[in-house]
Amino acid sequence: MSDDEVAPEGATPTGHEPPERDITDGGPDMVQFLAADGTRLEVTPQTEPYAAYLEDLDEDDLRGLLRDLILVRRVDAEGFALQRQGELGLWPSLLGQEAAQVGAGRAMRPQDYAFPGYREHGVAWCKGVPPENLLGMFRGVNHGGWDSNDNNFHLYTIVIGNQMLHAVGYAMGVDRDGAVGSGDPERDTAVMAFTGDGGTAQGDFNESLVFAAVTGAPVVFYVQNNHWAISEPNDRQFTIPPYRRADGFGFPGIRVDGNDVLASYAVSRYALDRARSGQGPTLIEAFTYRMGAHTTSDDPTKYRISAEVDAWRAKDPIDRMTAYLRAAGAVDDAWIERTQEEADELAARIRKACQTMPDPPHEEMFAHVYAEPHRLVQREAQAFADYQADFED
Amino acid sequence: MSTQSTATRMTIAKALNAGMRAAMERDPKVVLMGEDVGKLGGVFRITEGLQKDFGEDRVVDTPLAESGIMGAAVGMALRGYRPVVEIQFDGFVYPAFDQIVSQVAKMHNRSQGALKVPMVIRIPYGGGIGAVEHHSESNESYFAHTAGLRVVTCSGTEDAYWMMQQAIASDDPVVFYEPKRRYHERGVLDLGDGGGSLEDAPHALEDAVVRVEGSDVTVLTYGPMVKVAHAAAQAAELEDGPSIEVVDLRSLSPLDVDVIEESVRKTGRCIALSEAQTFASITSELAAHVQEHCFYHLEAPVLRVGGYNIPYPPSRHEEVFLPDLDRVLHAVETLLAY
Ligand SMILES: Cc1ncc(C[n+]2csc(CCOP(=O)(O)OP(=O)(O)O)c2C)c(N)n1
Ligand SMILES: [Mg+2]
Repeated sequence: MSDDEVAPEGATPTGHEPPERDITDGGPDMVQFLAADGTRLEVTPQTEPYAAYLEDLDEDDLRGLLRDLILVRRVDAEGFALQRQGELGLWPSLLGQEAAQVGAGRAMRPQDYAFPGYREHGVAWCKGVPPENLLGMFRGVNHGGWDSNDNNFHLYTIVIGNQMLHAVGYAMGVDRDGAVGSGDPERDTAVMAFTGDGGTAQGDFNESLVFAAVTGAPVVFYVQNNHWAISEPNDRQFTIPPYRRADGFGFPGIRVDGNDVLASYAVSRYALDRARSGQGPTLIEAFTYRMGAHTTSDDPTKYRISAEVDAWRAKDPIDRMTAYLRAAGAVDDAWIERTQEEADELAARIRKACQTMPDPPHEEMFAHVYAEPHRLVQREAQAFADYQADFED
Repeated sequence: MSTQSTATRMTIAKALNAGMRAAMERDPKVVLMGEDVGKLGGVFRITEGLQKDFGEDRVVDTPLAESGIMGAAVGMALRGYRPVVEIQFDGFVYPAFDQIVSQVAKMHNRSQGALKVPMVIRIPYGGGIGAVEHHSESNESYFAHTAGLRVVTCSGTEDAYWMMQQAIASDDPVVFYEPKRRYHERGVLDLGDGGGSLEDAPHALEDAVVRVEGSDVTVLTYGPMVKVAHAAAQAAELEDGPSIEVVDLRSLSPLDVDVIEESVRKTGRCIALSEAQTFASITSELAAHVQEHCFYHLEAPVLRVGGYNIPYPPSRHEEVFLPDLDRVLHAVETLLAY
């Protein structure tokens, strides 16, 4: 290698300079029903198809959404606290993404199946997974403490992108089962696949779009663009936003304000309806922000500025929905106080469940390696047990 | 770093960083690529400060796509660059498996020697850090099984520094396994008067090294387990027990069979030790090789001590899943009882 082969000074590969722009601005295509201050926005021709899905919500439903947001934030805060106190090894916080998740989660019907990443505690909540069951994997006692089929909520998937293809395949099965387009609301089923902005770069993600397009599978891709993939901002992953990518694959892509629970709910219902009725896949990009660190292992001060976080704090999903419902007279101080108390009780329940979670007996390591126990595994398990017993005396 | 001449104590993490820095100073074609390696310096901070000092062309925060990283590295290598790519954790190398096995490993051979794809694929590996799934794997055997790849691993500071530079300088693709649970352990790095030119490296990249001399049992091991074997040898010595020889393999593929055979012929007993599951693994290969080539010198069968043959378990089991000093000494006793 000789020095004279170096590129001349000033010759820089293209695409390095992040564009100067306001990253809190989702642009004109973004579907929004609540402004950041909680004012209800006029329905426009652009948002009209989605607005239809808000019409059947009564005051109880609206309060229910706010309650979800508050409880989910509390669950998340408890997970964080438990990690800080050494009860959990790790916690990926969803702080800031509550509305993106609750909107999607509440739009799903019980028969709809979710394929989450690892941060979807809010979707888990809406699907009815007891929050304490999420803790096991972060405490190191299991790789996922719930049966996916209990609530149609798959195990968390940590390898970025893998689950997107699982969702498409599951949806292909749904289609073959005749659970699409029958017109029976109890029967028709959609699948929702969750990933992040970073996830859109993976081969698996892009292949899942191809498979969905070609098969017309009843799947909704839900990309939470929280603007960061650990330390990498959006411009390291794409130069056009994820929702616009769908067009190139041949199905609709919608950008929704992920901090507006009405918008994320309405757009999700729209897309799920399309899938269930046999009109094929949709990609939703929920435009939101990761308010906290990537996980409890991360230190975001190394790579992002606090002004950015502050700008997003002004768009808080809970403040926004609270302001809206207050102004509409649907909630008052007493209601909010009661809900906070409920959240505290939930947190106490989670805390207790975590602290009393038993360590699994070590022999359990050898279980479930194959569908039926195999004698080679059993032999090793026996040798392990003998060794442990030998060691104790 | 590279011009210092006094001995310093340094962590493995810092030594890897210093090794990359020296290689980047020496050769402008060396380019680091990976997820979060730039501004953040990697999730383990192994590339800390390098983007700041060498710029964004030399230290590239890539999109989150391992097959993309690896395929792009092949192309850059074909264009004359020396990519050093970071895979964030052992369990995330699989999206890149196709590129590594189908292209990286075979390019030189299928071009009948006309093409070279010098690159280093850095993988923090192994368990013991209490992590969630996919963050604690020892998957070196997959790559050792593939001819055309060099697979190496360091166990201490000095090797971290020198082997990283040798790996980067190698014209072969090198999968460089970094023992993540040892990242913050310190060791001595003495660059001597030479100031640290590559010729001063104490060992060649492909050499195995005897770390502890002994006469009764050879423990063949590597990476994070070298420390465990070392502790077992010391414990046995303190109790006037058997004399254990510890061989640090360093290069897992190709293997330094001369050092291995010489040691086993001397001691007559052999344990192959790894964190990795033992089935169809480096330790299997060691057992097979030793019995084929040292059969008449063996007093007992070769024993493998490693992870159990199950998926890497939830971290609360790690303590019993990972081989420790007691399991090594237990194997030593078993061998001596033959
Ligand atoms: C295949 C793979 N590569 C790397 C990682 C390490 N990793 C975990 S999360 C993450 C960033 C993910 O960013 P994004 O998709 O935006 O999701 P977010 O964490 O923001 O929710 C990375 C690189 C991984 N889990 N899987
Ligand atoms: Mg993200």
